[in-house]
Amino acid sequence: MTTFEAILLTIVTASTPLLIAALGELVTERSGVLNLGVEGMMAMGAACSFAAAVTFDSTLLGVAAGMMAGALMAALFALLVLGFAANQTGSGLALTILGLGLSGLIGAPFVGARRDPIAPVDIPGLSDIPVVGRLFFEQDLFVYASLALTILVAIYLVKTRSGLTLRSIGENHTSANALGLPVRQVRFWAILFGGACAGLAGAYLALVYTRFWSPGMTAGRGWIALALVVFAAWRPAWVLVGAYIFGAATVLQLHAQAAQFGVPSQVLSAVPYLATIIALLLLSIRHGRAIGAPGSLGVPFVPDR
Amino acid sequence: MRFELTPRTNASTMMRVFASVAAFITAFLIAGFVIWLMGRSPIAAFDVYVLQPLSDPWSLQELIVKATPMALIAIGLSYCFRANLWNIGAEGQYVIGAVLGSWIALKTHGMDAGFWVLPLMLLLGIIGGALWGLIPAFLKTRFGVNEILTSLMLVYVAQLTLDYLVRGPWRDPKGFNFPQSVTFDPAATLPPILEAGRVHYGAVFAAIAVLVTAVILGRTLFGYRLKLTGDAPRAARFAGFSSKATTLAVFAISGGLAGLAGISEVSGQIGQLQPSISPGYGFTAITVAFLGRLNPIGILVASLVVALTFIGGESAQIMLKLPLDLTQAFQGILLMCVLAADAMVSYRIRLAARGGGQ
Repeated sequence: MTTFEAILLTIVTASTPLLIAALGELVTERSGVLNLGVEGMMAMGAACSFAAAVTFDSTLLGVAAGMMAGALMAALFALLVLGFAANQTGSGLALTILGLGLSGLIGAPFVGARRDPIAPVDIPGLSDIPVVGRLFFEQDLFVYASLALTILVAIYLVKTRSGLTLRSIGENHTSANALGLPVRQVRFWAILFGGACAGLAGAYLALVYTRFWSPGMTAGRGWIALALVVFAAWRPAWVLVGAYIFGAATVLQLHAQAAQFGVPSQVLSAVPYLATIIALLLLSIRHGRAIGAPGSLGVPFVPDR
Repeated sequence: MRFELTPRTNASTMMRVFASVAAFITAFLIAGFVIWLMGRSPIAAFDVYVLQPLSDPWSLQELIVKATPMALIAIGLSYCFRANLWNIGAEGQYVIGAVLGSWIALKTHGMDAGFWVLPLMLLLGIIGGALWGLIPAFLKTRFGVNEILTSLMLVYVAQLTLDYLVRGPWRDPKGFNFPQSVTFDPAATLPPILEAGRVHYGAVFAAIAVLVTAVILGRTLFGYRLKLTGDAPRAARFAGFSSKATTLAVFAISGGLAGLAGISEVSGQIGQLQPSISPGYGFTAITVAFLGRLNPIGILVASLVVALTFIGGESAQIMLKLPLDLTQAFQGILLMCVLAADAMVSYRIRLAARGGGQ
């Protein structure tokens, strides 16, 4: 494998968690709920998946535990914003703070442990195509799953009746409620889906990307996933594009750091964060404010019986 | 099972104060349960976390030292949150304030410079924080970029800037290669209020910020304008209040206060720059602002209460071997309880058996 191929492969690995987390948040936001707790749910997913994978020596159980942890955190958020109609921004921040703290507690006994790499799944024949073959057809299962998820979410939102319901609730919850649509029920499942995805993204970080646990290992990826949803104007296909651009930016700055061409490493480390700001800025300049944003996004919903 | 919410029309101030207290007690019960789950005694933890710090004069001073930056930052955030603007990057504004202010301290190091050094440092601290805060505000007013994400991303950039400086150009050449700056001269050190005491003048700044803010919010047109912008943006526009000017103003104020907190902490408490100059004060201040119900006096009380969890967390780590992350988890639980209590003041919430439509 050439260096070039290796770089392309790591880009895929760096992009996948962003893609998974952002797709989950996209569904949550399309239902009209802004969950700023992605970073916390992701951290919990990483800690719980790693703890479970090491304890039971099973990647599968680890992944399940990560998704469960993310969904449980999301359920807590749902209780606050749906049950109590609490402020969504505040509740999301609380979820992030709680998730980062709690993940530290859960992960503490597992600092220093390592997991073996996960074997890539080879699609026979196709993986023999030079460059592209290895890139697209010899990845781990998560990568395929994340691509399938992108397509499924896109189909769900646009082609299914349930997806239409979800979107109309996100667009205007008062009208949707008047039409008799189960606003809080749909939102509950959308929030849970977002949490499970964030948990899965965290599991991917801990079990595939780093293969160890360290506190704060999510390093703002949850926030970047949130930015990706805005960047993608709430469309799944653009989340895919955005995730890979950001994954590439992350990997290339790491290689630039290793190459040591005189730029301080901190400047390069800042690249993904600055890129996020610049991407949001360019988008706003081109399209005006927040195009594609669901109409009821972030607004507390109180049913008038 | 479903929740039924009925808006309350008669929510009193007493109820709001009671809600904060109730939220705090609930958070303590949940944290106690978590500690019990971890196989430790919640009562011993409560003793170490709360009773011991409160019964020891040294840690009472420490309480004020820790509450100072959080009170300053949270007071600033209350301006933003009242106007329904979400500055969650106070941690970055705190760091940049500290960096810009410290620049003077490092430039004048060993020069035996005069009394002007300290005021200039504080001023630059405020300016640095305000400018860093104005970046997301400007991006929002000029281009409509979401301020939540940009202000947060700038936290990472600020921390990396500090990291670069203390490992690179600002590293103490005689510091055995440790990533830290030289120790500030006495002229660049914020003195303690009482001789030999630990509480520095930052506490005075916090007290002033509380008083000034109480007057501004309660007695001036600007205070009314913030409230109107947050509660009824359309009405605010009809009244001729520019939402752009408000956005820039509140971000400058909250950034400036965070910057003041940063430079006060570095020059009054730490005494030099190092890679980490905050245990997350900028984020915890968000909890403080909500716990204090965005009210200046409330924030003052809340900052002391939350400072207690920091000190308690440190001693619990030493005495009970409870991890420091427990403090952060507790702060998250606390913020959730406060938000839930908030909702209970605004709505009468009833659990009903499933049945009927929504």
